[in-house]
Amino acid sequence: MKKRGRMLLLAGALALLGPPGVQAQGKYMTRTGYISFFSKAPLEDIEAHNRQVVSILDTKTGELVFSVPMKAFQFKKALMQEHFNENYVESDKYPKATFKGKILNLQEIDFGQDRLYNLQLEGVLTIHGVERLLKTNATLDVKGRQLQGRANFSVTPQEFNIEIPALVREHIAKRIDISVQMLYAPFQEKPLRP
Amino acid sequence: MIKRVAFFCFFCLVMVTKSQAQDDLLKLAETQDSARTGHTTGTFKATRLLNGHTVQTNGAGALLFLISHRFGTLNSGAYEFWGLDQATIRLGLEYGLTDQLTVGVGRSSLEKTYDGFLKYKLLQQQEAGMPITLTLFTSTAIKTLEWFEPNVEEQFKYRLTYTFQALVARKLTDRVSLQVAPTLVHRNLVPLSTDENNVYAVGAGGRFKLTKRTTFNAEYFYLLPGATADQFRNSLSLGVDIETGGHVFQLMATNSQGMIEQFFIPSNAGSWSKGDIYFGFNISRVFQLKEK
Repeated sequence: MKKRGRMLLLAGALALLGPPGVQAQGKYMTRTGYISFFSKAPLEDIEAHNRQVVSILDTKTGELVFSVPMKAFQFKKALMQEHFNENYVESDKYPKATFKGKILNLQEIDFGQDRLYNLQLEGVLTIHGVERLLKTNATLDVKGRQLQGRANFSVTPQEFNIEIPALVREHIAKRIDISVQMLYAPFQEKPLRP
Repeated sequence: MIKRVAFFCFFCLVMVTKSQAQDDLLKLAETQDSARTGHTTGTFKATRLLNGHTVQTNGAGALLFLISHRFGTLNSGAYEFWGLDQATIRLGLEYGLTDQLTVGVGRSSLEKTYDGFLKYKLLQQQEAGMPITLTLFTSTAIKTLEWFEPNVEEQFKYRLTYTFQALVARKLTDRVSLQVAPTLVHRNLVPLSTDENNVYAVGAGGRFKLTKRTTFNAEYFYLLPGATADQFRNSLSLGVDIETGGHVFQLMATNSQGMIEQFFIPSNAGSWSKGDIYFGFNISRVFQLKEK
Protein backbone atom coordinates (compact mmCIF):
# COMPACT_ATOMS: atom_id res chain seq x y z
CA MET A 1 0.00 0.00 0.00
CA LYS A 2 2.80 2.31 0.88
CA LYS A 3 4.59 1.40 -2.34
CA ARG A 4 1.52 2.02 -4.43
CA GLY A 5 1.11 5.40 -2.82
CA ARG A 6 4.66 6.29 -3.76
CA MET A 7 4.10 5.04 -7.28
CA LEU A 8 1.03 7.25 -7.62
CA LEU A 9 3.02 10.18 -6.39
CA LEU A 10 5.70 9.47 -9.00
CA ALA A 11 3.10 9.14 -11.74
CA GLY A 12 1.61 12.43 -10.62
CA ALA A 13 5.01 14.12 -10.73
CA LEU A 14 5.62 12.78 -14.24
CA ALA A 15 2.24 14.07 -15.36
CA LEU A 16 3.19 17.47 -14.04
CA LEU A 17 6.35 17.41 -16.16
CA GLY A 18 4.12 17.09 -19.21
CA PRO A 19 3.09 20.71 -19.85
CA PRO A 20 5.23 22.37 -22.54
CA GLY A 21 6.42 25.22 -20.33
CA VAL A 22 8.24 22.83 -18.06
CA GLN A 23 9.42 20.58 -20.91
CA ALA A 24 11.79 23.25 -22.16
CA GLN A 25 13.98 22.86 -19.09
CA GLY A 26 17.33 21.32 -19.77
CA LYS A 27 17.02 21.84 -23.50
CA TYR A 28 19.59 23.72 -25.53
CA MET A 29 19.11 24.90 -29.07
CA THR A 30 20.60 26.68 -32.07
CA ARG A 31 18.89 27.96 -35.23
CA THR A 32 22.11 29.05 -36.88
CA GLY A 33 24.16 25.90 -36.62
CA TYR A 34 26.92 25.45 -39.19
CA ILE A 35 27.42 22.39 -41.36
CA SER A 36 29.84 22.22 -44.25
CA PHE A 37 30.84 19.46 -46.57
CA PHE A 38 33.86 18.94 -48.70
CA SER A 39 34.77 16.40 -51.31
CA LYS A 40 38.00 16.10 -53.18
CA ALA A 41 37.76 14.88 -56.75
CA PRO A 42 40.29 14.66 -59.56
CA LEU A 43 38.72 17.49 -61.55
CA GLU A 44 37.54 19.92 -58.90
CA ASP A 45 36.84 20.13 -55.19
CA ILE A 46 33.26 20.56 -54.12
CA GLU A 47 32.49 22.57 -51.03
CA ALA A 48 29.29 23.92 -49.51
CA HIS A 49 28.31 25.75 -46.34
CA ASN A 50 25.05 25.89 -44.43
CA ARG A 51 24.49 28.30 -41.54
CA GLN A 52 20.79 27.67 -41.01
CA VAL A 53 20.83 24.35 -39.22
CA VAL A 54 18.43 23.86 -36.32
CA SER A 55 19.58 21.56 -33.55
CA ILE A 56 18.20 20.78 -30.11
CA LEU A 57 20.07 19.02 -27.32
CA ASP A 58 18.23 17.70 -24.27
CA THR A 59 20.79 17.57 -21.48
CA LYS A 60 18.49 15.47 -19.27
CA THR A 61 17.93 12.61 -21.68
CA GLY A 62 20.97 13.07 -23.92
CA GLU A 63 18.72 13.28 -26.96
CA LEU A 64 20.08 15.25 -29.88
CA VAL A 65 18.27 16.22 -33.08
CA PHE A 66 19.26 18.15 -36.23
CA SER A 67 17.07 19.64 -38.95
CA VAL A 68 19.07 20.74 -42.01
CA PRO A 69 17.37 22.79 -44.77
CA MET A 70 19.03 21.49 -47.95
CA LYS A 71 18.47 24.63 -50.01
CA ALA A 72 20.46 26.62 -47.48
CA PHE A 73 23.72 24.98 -48.63
CA GLN A 74 25.76 27.67 -50.36
CA PHE A 75 28.21 26.67 -53.09
CA LYS A 76 30.81 28.87 -54.72
CA LYS A 77 29.34 28.11 -58.14
CA ALA A 78 25.69 28.87 -58.80
CA LEU A 79 25.39 25.98 -61.23
CA MET A 80 26.78 23.48 -58.72
CA GLN A 81 24.23 24.63 -56.19
CA GLU A 82 21.43 24.18 -58.69
CA HIS A 83 22.59 20.71 -59.66
CA PHE A 84 22.95 19.75 -55.98
CA ASN A 85 19.30 20.66 -55.35
CA GLU A 86 17.85 19.50 -58.69
CA ASN A 87 19.79 16.39 -59.58
CA TYR A 88 21.30 14.93 -56.43
CA VAL A 89 19.49 15.59 -53.16
CA GLU A 90 16.17 16.54 -54.85
CA SER A 91 15.40 19.35 -52.42
CA ASP A 92 11.86 19.84 -53.71
CA LYS A 93 11.00 16.29 -52.66
CA TYR A 94 13.27 16.04 -49.62
CA PRO A 95 13.68 19.60 -48.32
CA LYS A 96 15.40 18.61 -45.08
CA ALA A 97 18.06 16.23 -43.90
CA THR A 98 17.65 15.17 -40.28
CA PHE A 99 19.54 13.40 -37.54
CA LYS A 100 17.93 12.05 -34.44
CA GLY A 101 20.15 10.39 -31.95
CA LYS A 102 21.51 10.44 -28.46
CA ILE A 103 24.65 10.87 -26.43
CA LEU A 104 25.74 7.40 -25.36
CA ASN A 105 28.06 8.53 -22.57
CA LEU A 106 25.72 11.09 -21.02
CA GLN A 107 26.68 10.10 -17.47
CA GLU A 108 30.25 11.30 -18.10
CA ILE A 109 29.10 14.86 -18.76
CA ASP A 110 28.45 17.42 -16.09
CA PHE A 111 26.68 20.33 -17.77
CA GLY A 112 27.41 22.47 -14.71
CA GLN A 113 31.16 22.01 -15.07
CA ASP A 114 32.97 24.10 -17.74
CA ARG A 115 35.19 21.68 -19.64
CA LEU A 116 35.70 20.03 -23.01
CA TYR A 117 33.96 16.65 -23.09
CA ASN A 118 34.25 13.85 -25.60
CA LEU A 119 30.93 12.50 -26.78
CA GLN A 120 29.87 9.29 -28.42
CA LEU A 121 26.83 9.80 -30.60
CA GLU A 122 24.52 7.31 -32.20
CA GLY A 123 21.38 7.86 -34.19
CA VAL A 124 19.59 7.85 -37.50
CA LEU A 125 20.78 10.18 -40.26
CA THR A 126 18.19 10.83 -42.97
CA ILE A 127 19.30 12.36 -46.27
CA HIS A 128 17.37 12.18 -49.55
CA GLY A 129 14.64 10.24 -47.73
CA VAL A 130 17.04 7.40 -46.87
CA GLU A 131 17.71 6.48 -43.22
CA ARG A 132 21.13 5.28 -42.13
CA LEU A 133 22.56 4.49 -38.72
CA LEU A 134 25.36 6.88 -37.82
CA LYS A 135 27.84 6.42 -35.01
CA THR A 136 30.44 9.12 -34.50
CA ASN A 137 32.56 10.89 -31.93
CA ALA A 138 32.06 14.53 -31.12
CA THR A 139 33.24 17.12 -28.64
CA LEU A 140 31.18 19.36 -26.42
CA ASP A 141 32.71 22.45 -24.88
CA VAL A 142 30.67 23.59 -21.90
CA LYS A 143 31.12 27.32 -21.26
CA GLY A 144 28.63 28.59 -18.73
CA ARG A 145 25.23 28.64 -20.39
CA GLN A 146 26.69 28.02 -23.84
CA LEU A 147 27.52 24.63 -25.28
CA GLN A 148 29.76 24.29 -28.32
CA GLY A 149 29.43 21.01 -30.17
CA ARG A 150 31.70 19.79 -32.97
CA ALA A 151 31.75 16.62 -35.03
CA ASN A 152 33.27 15.30 -38.23
CA PHE A 153 32.19 12.26 -40.19
CA SER A 154 31.96 10.97 -43.77
CA VAL A 155 29.18 9.68 -45.94
CA THR A 156 28.97 8.38 -49.50
CA PRO A 157 26.30 9.41 -52.00
CA GLN A 158 25.58 5.73 -52.72
CA GLU A 159 24.40 4.90 -49.19
CA PHE A 160 21.70 7.57 -49.54
CA ASN A 161 20.61 6.42 -53.01
CA ILE A 162 22.08 9.51 -54.62
CA GLU A 163 22.79 8.42 -58.11
CA ILE A 164 25.73 9.84 -59.98
CA PRO A 165 25.58 9.40 -63.75
CA ALA A 166 28.60 7.85 -65.46
CA LEU A 167 29.18 11.08 -67.36
CA VAL A 168 30.07 13.13 -64.26
CA ARG A 169 31.31 10.32 -62.00
CA GLU A 170 34.87 11.56 -62.32
CA HIS A 171 33.87 15.01 -61.05
CA ILE A 172 32.38 13.82 -57.79
CA ALA A 173 34.33 12.16 -55.01
CA LYS A 174 33.28 8.81 -53.59
CA ARG A 175 33.49 10.11 -50.03
CA ILE A 176 32.08 13.34 -48.67
CA ASP A 177 33.50 14.78 -45.44
CA ILE A 178 30.98 16.56 -43.25
CA SER A 179 31.90 18.99 -40.52
CA VAL A 180 29.42 20.12 -37.88
CA GLN A 181 29.74 23.10 -35.52
CA MET A 182 26.89 24.07 -33.20
CA LEU A 183 26.74 26.77 -30.59
CA TYR A 184 23.82 25.98 -28.30
CA ALA A 185 22.03 28.37 -25.98
CA PRO A 186 19.21 27.59 -23.54
CA PHE A 187 16.05 26.79 -25.46
CA GLN A 188 13.55 29.51 -26.11
CA GLU A 189 10.58 28.77 -28.30
CA LYS A 190 10.30 30.98 -31.33
CA PRO A 191 7.28 33.26 -31.12
CA LEU A 192 4.59 31.99 -33.48
CA ARG A 193 4.45 33.81 -36.77
CA PRO A 194 1.25 35.81 -37.31
CA MET B 1 -0.79 -8.91 -8.58
CA ILE B 2 -2.54 -5.58 -8.97
CA LYS B 3 0.71 -3.93 -8.07
CA ARG B 4 2.52 -5.80 -10.85
CA VAL B 5 -0.08 -4.90 -13.44
CA ALA B 6 0.03 -1.31 -12.35
CA PHE B 7 3.81 -1.28 -12.56
CA PHE B 8 3.72 -2.90 -16.00
CA CYS B 9 1.24 -0.31 -17.24
CA PHE B 10 3.36 2.47 -15.81
CA PHE B 11 6.47 0.98 -17.43
CA CYS B 12 4.70 0.82 -20.81
CA LEU B 13 3.56 4.42 -20.42
CA VAL B 14 7.10 5.57 -19.69
CA MET B 15 8.46 3.67 -22.72
CA VAL B 16 5.82 5.13 -25.01
CA THR B 17 6.37 8.69 -23.85
CA LYS B 18 10.11 8.19 -24.09
CA SER B 19 10.08 6.97 -27.69
CA GLN B 20 7.65 9.73 -28.62
CA ALA B 21 9.74 12.36 -26.95
CA GLN B 22 12.46 12.19 -29.57
CA ASP B 23 10.11 12.44 -32.51
CA ASP B 24 8.64 15.43 -30.77
CA LEU B 25 12.08 16.92 -30.33
CA LEU B 26 12.74 16.53 -34.08
CA LYS B 27 9.33 17.97 -34.93
CA LEU B 28 10.07 20.85 -32.60
CA ALA B 29 13.41 21.41 -34.36
CA GLU B 30 11.75 21.40 -37.78
CA THR B 31 9.33 24.12 -36.72
CA GLN B 32 12.16 26.28 -35.40
CA ASP B 33 13.60 27.06 -38.85
CA SER B 34 14.81 30.58 -39.42
CA ALA B 35 12.16 32.68 -41.15
CA ARG B 36 13.80 32.78 -44.60
CA THR B 37 11.95 30.33 -46.82
CA GLY B 38 13.69 28.56 -49.64
CA HIS B 39 13.46 29.91 -53.15
CA THR B 40 12.53 27.67 -56.03
CA THR B 41 15.49 26.42 -58.02
CA GLY B 42 15.83 25.17 -61.58
CA THR B 43 12.58 26.45 -63.10
CA PHE B 44 14.22 25.75 -66.47
CA LYS B 45 17.47 24.03 -67.41
CA ALA B 46 18.76 26.83 -69.61
CA THR B 47 18.53 30.56 -70.23
CA ARG B 48 16.57 29.77 -73.44
CA LEU B 49 13.35 27.82 -73.64
CA LEU B 50 13.94 27.10 -77.34
CA ASN B 51 14.24 30.35 -79.31
CA GLY B 52 13.11 32.72 -76.61
CA HIS B 53 14.58 33.49 -73.22
CA THR B 54 13.48 31.87 -69.97
CA VAL B 55 13.32 33.52 -66.55
CA GLN B 56 16.69 31.90 -65.72
CA THR B 57 19.63 34.24 -65.23
CA ASN B 58 23.27 33.28 -64.79
CA GLY B 59 24.56 33.17 -61.25
CA ALA B 60 26.97 35.92 -60.23
CA GLY B 61 30.33 35.52 -61.92
CA ALA B 62 29.18 32.84 -64.35
CA LEU B 63 29.94 33.26 -68.04
CA LEU B 64 27.77 31.31 -70.43
CA PHE B 65 28.90 30.59 -73.97
CA LEU B 66 26.00 29.79 -76.27
CA ILE B 67 26.24 28.35 -79.76
CA SER B 68 22.91 28.31 -81.57
CA HIS B 69 22.48 26.71 -84.94
CA ARG B 70 19.55 26.25 -87.32
CA PHE B 71 19.76 24.16 -90.47
CA GLY B 72 17.61 24.80 -93.57
CA THR B 73 14.02 23.67 -93.91
CA LEU B 74 13.07 20.03 -93.95
CA ASN B 75 11.10 20.48 -97.19
CA SER B 76 14.12 21.68 -99.20
CA GLY B 77 14.54 18.16 -100.54
CA ALA B 78 17.35 15.70 -101.17
CA TYR B 79 19.47 18.21 -103.14
CA GLU B 80 19.86 20.31 -99.97
CA PHE B 81 20.02 17.12 -97.89
CA TRP B 82 16.72 18.13 -96.26
CA GLY B 83 18.16 21.36 -95.00
CA LEU B 84 21.39 20.09 -93.48
CA ASP B 85 23.50 21.77 -96.19
CA GLN B 86 22.45 25.19 -94.97
CA ALA B 87 23.22 26.82 -91.71
CA THR B 88 22.33 29.91 -89.75
CA ILE B 89 24.34 30.47 -86.62
CA ARG B 90 24.43 32.73 -83.60
CA LEU B 91 27.31 32.91 -81.14
CA GLY B 92 26.59 34.46 -77.78
CA LEU B 93 28.17 35.29 -74.46
CA GLU B 94 26.15 35.96 -71.31
CA TYR B 95 27.64 37.05 -68.02
CA GLY B 96 26.01 37.20 -64.58
CA LEU B 97 26.96 40.50 -62.94
CA THR B 98 24.89 39.51 -59.91
CA ASP B 99 22.57 36.57 -59.26
CA GLN B 100 19.77 38.76 -60.65
CA LEU B 101 21.37 40.77 -63.46
CA THR B 102 22.75 39.23 -66.65
CA VAL B 103 24.30 41.09 -69.57
CA GLY B 104 24.71 39.40 -72.93
CA VAL B 105 26.00 39.93 -76.46
CA GLY B 106 25.56 37.91 -79.61
CA ARG B 107 26.13 37.86 -83.30
CA SER B 108 23.82 36.17 -85.79
CA SER B 109 24.82 35.25 -89.32
CA LEU B 110 21.26 36.09 -90.39
CA GLU B 111 21.44 39.66 -91.79
CA LYS B 112 24.82 39.95 -90.00
CA THR B 113 23.15 41.13 -86.83
CA TYR B 114 24.78 42.03 -83.51
CA ASP B 115 22.65 42.05 -80.41
CA GLY B 116 23.09 43.06 -76.81
CA PHE B 117 20.71 42.41 -73.96
CA LEU B 118 20.03 42.97 -70.28
CA LYS B 119 18.05 40.57 -68.17
CA TYR B 120 16.97 41.31 -64.62
CA LYS B 121 15.27 38.89 -62.27
CA LEU B 122 12.88 41.09 -60.31
CA LEU B 123 10.90 38.43 -58.41
CA GLN B 124 11.90 34.92 -57.43
CA GLN B 125 9.37 32.19 -56.77
CA GLN B 126 9.45 31.04 -53.13
CA GLU B 127 8.31 27.75 -51.64
CA ALA B 128 5.99 29.72 -49.40
CA GLY B 129 4.96 33.19 -50.50
CA MET B 130 5.87 34.55 -53.92
CA PRO B 131 4.13 32.29 -56.47
CA ILE B 132 6.04 33.36 -59.62
CA THR B 133 9.41 34.32 -60.99
CA LEU B 134 9.44 37.56 -62.98
CA THR B 135 12.38 38.49 -65.19
CA LEU B 136 12.53 41.63 -67.31
CA PHE B 137 14.34 41.46 -70.62
CA THR B 138 15.40 44.12 -73.09
CA SER B 139 17.61 43.88 -76.14
CA THR B 140 18.92 46.01 -78.96
CA ALA B 141 19.88 44.51 -82.31
CA ILE B 142 22.00 46.15 -85.03
CA LYS B 143 21.75 44.90 -88.57
CA THR B 144 25.15 45.32 -90.25
CA LEU B 145 24.30 43.96 -93.68
CA GLU B 146 25.36 46.37 -96.44
CA TRP B 147 22.77 49.10 -96.93
CA PHE B 148 19.70 47.36 -98.29
CA GLU B 149 17.11 50.05 -99.11
CA PRO B 150 17.89 51.90 -102.38
CA ASN B 151 15.04 54.38 -101.83
CA VAL B 152 15.98 55.32 -98.25
CA GLU B 153 19.04 57.31 -97.31
CA GLU B 154 21.27 55.33 -94.93
CA GLN B 155 21.01 56.34 -91.29
CA PHE B 156 22.41 54.39 -88.36
CA LYS B 157 19.12 54.44 -86.42
CA TYR B 158 17.42 52.60 -89.27
CA ARG B 159 19.53 49.58 -88.44
CA LEU B 160 18.23 49.24 -84.91
CA THR B 161 15.51 47.05 -83.44
CA TYR B 162 14.47 46.90 -79.78
CA THR B 163 12.74 44.18 -77.79
CA PHE B 164 11.02 44.53 -74.42
CA GLN B 165 9.77 41.45 -72.68
CA ALA B 166 8.37 40.45 -69.29
CA LEU B 167 8.99 36.79 -68.54
CA VAL B 168 6.63 35.31 -65.97
CA ALA B 169 7.15 31.70 -64.95
CA ARG B 170 6.03 29.28 -62.34
CA LYS B 171 7.48 25.90 -61.47
CA LEU B 172 4.25 24.02 -60.83
CA THR B 173 5.79 20.74 -59.78
CA ASP B 174 9.36 19.48 -59.84
CA ARG B 175 8.63 18.34 -63.43
CA VAL B 176 6.40 21.01 -64.93
CA SER B 177 7.23 24.70 -65.40
CA LEU B 178 5.19 27.16 -67.43
CA GLN B 179 6.06 30.58 -68.74
CA VAL B 180 4.18 33.49 -70.30
CA ALA B 181 6.01 36.33 -72.04
CA PRO B 182 4.27 39.51 -73.19
CA THR B 183 6.60 41.04 -75.80
CA LEU B 184 7.05 44.25 -77.76
CA VAL B 185 9.40 44.38 -80.74
CA HIS B 186 10.06 47.88 -82.04
CA ARG B 187 11.67 48.25 -85.45
CA ASN B 188 13.02 51.67 -86.38
CA LEU B 189 12.62 50.99 -90.09
CA VAL B 190 10.13 48.73 -91.84
CA PRO B 191 10.00 48.15 -95.62
CA LEU B 192 6.43 49.34 -96.27
CA SER B 193 4.29 52.12 -94.83
CA THR B 194 1.60 49.54 -94.02
CA ASP B 195 4.05 47.50 -91.91
CA GLU B 196 4.00 47.98 -88.16
CA ASN B 197 6.96 49.48 -86.33
CA ASN B 198 5.65 48.14 -83.05
CA VAL B 199 4.76 44.46 -83.03
CA TYR B 200 3.07 43.04 -79.94
CA ALA B 201 3.11 39.34 -79.17
CA VAL B 202 2.51 36.97 -76.28
CA GLY B 203 4.84 34.04 -75.84
CA ALA B 204 3.78 30.93 -73.96
CA GLY B 205 5.68 27.78 -73.27
CA GLY B 206 6.79 25.25 -70.78
CA ARG B 207 8.83 22.25 -69.98
CA PHE B 208 8.12 18.75 -68.82
CA LYS B 209 10.93 16.88 -67.12
CA LEU B 210 11.30 13.43 -68.66
CA THR B 211 14.18 12.40 -66.40
CA LYS B 212 16.36 14.36 -63.98
CA ARG B 213 18.54 15.53 -66.85
CA THR B 214 16.21 15.67 -69.86
CA THR B 215 13.16 17.77 -70.48
CA PHE B 216 10.61 18.19 -73.25
CA ASN B 217 9.98 21.83 -74.15
CA ALA B 218 7.37 23.65 -76.22
CA GLU B 219 7.17 27.33 -77.11
CA TYR B 220 4.66 29.45 -79.04
CA PHE B 221 4.59 33.13 -79.87
CA TYR B 222 1.17 34.55 -80.68
CA LEU B 223 1.17 37.77 -82.73
CA LEU B 224 -1.52 40.18 -81.62
CA PRO B 225 -3.92 41.10 -84.49
CA GLY B 226 -2.48 43.61 -86.96
CA ALA B 227 -0.68 43.86 -90.28
CA THR B 228 2.23 41.71 -89.11
CA ALA B 229 -0.06 38.98 -87.80
CA ASP B 230 -1.83 38.94 -91.20
CA GLN B 231 1.38 38.57 -93.22
CA PHE B 232 3.54 36.41 -90.99
CA ARG B 233 3.21 33.25 -88.96
CA ASN B 234 3.30 32.57 -85.26
CA SER B 235 6.44 30.80 -84.11
CA LEU B 236 6.04 27.25 -82.84
CA SER B 237 8.98 25.24 -81.52
CA LEU B 238 9.27 21.82 -79.93
CA GLY B 239 12.40 20.33 -78.48
CA VAL B 240 14.33 18.54 -75.79
CA ASP B 241 16.96 19.71 -73.29
CA ILE B 242 19.75 17.35 -72.32
CA GLU B 243 21.82 18.50 -69.38
CA THR B 244 25.23 16.99 -68.76
CA GLY B 245 26.76 18.84 -65.84
CA GLY B 246 28.21 22.04 -67.26
CA HIS B 247 26.59 21.74 -70.71
CA VAL B 248 22.99 21.93 -71.81
CA PHE B 249 22.16 20.63 -75.29
CA GLN B 250 18.85 21.77 -76.72
CA LEU B 251 17.62 20.02 -79.85
CA MET B 252 14.57 21.39 -81.57
CA ALA B 253 12.25 21.63 -84.54
CA THR B 254 10.91 25.11 -85.26
CA ASN B 255 9.35 27.14 -88.04
CA SER B 256 11.68 30.07 -87.27
CA GLN B 257 15.07 30.57 -88.81
CA GLY B 258 16.30 33.47 -86.70
CA MET B 259 17.47 33.10 -83.12
CA ILE B 260 16.79 36.57 -81.74
CA GLU B 261 13.41 38.12 -80.99
CA GLN B 262 13.28 40.49 -83.99
CA PHE B 263 13.51 37.51 -86.34
CA PHE B 264 11.43 34.78 -84.76
CA ILE B 265 8.57 36.98 -83.55
CA PRO B 266 7.61 39.52 -86.28
CA SER B 267 9.22 38.10 -89.42
CA ASN B 268 8.48 34.45 -89.40
CA ALA B 269 7.41 33.04 -92.78
CA GLY B 270 7.73 29.31 -92.17
CA SER B 271 4.69 27.09 -91.96
CA TRP B 272 4.71 23.79 -90.08
CA SER B 273 2.01 22.30 -92.32
CA LYS B 274 4.06 22.99 -95.48
CA GLY B 275 7.16 21.47 -93.96
CA ASP B 276 9.07 24.72 -93.42
CA ILE B 277 10.61 23.15 -90.37
CA TYR B 278 14.11 24.04 -89.30
CA PHE B 279 16.04 21.52 -87.28
CA GLY B 280 18.32 23.25 -84.82
CA PHE B 281 20.25 23.14 -81.60
CA ASN B 282 21.58 25.35 -78.83
CA ILE B 283 24.65 24.30 -76.88
CA SER B 284 25.52 26.19 -73.74
CA ARG B 285 28.59 25.87 -71.57
CA VAL B 286 29.06 27.66 -68.27
CA PHE B 287 32.41 28.91 -66.98
CA GLN B 288 32.61 30.24 -63.45
CA LEU B 289 34.91 33.28 -63.75
CA LYS B 290 34.44 34.61 -60.23
CA GLU B 291 33.54 32.41 -57.29
CA LYS B 292 30.86 33.58 -54.88
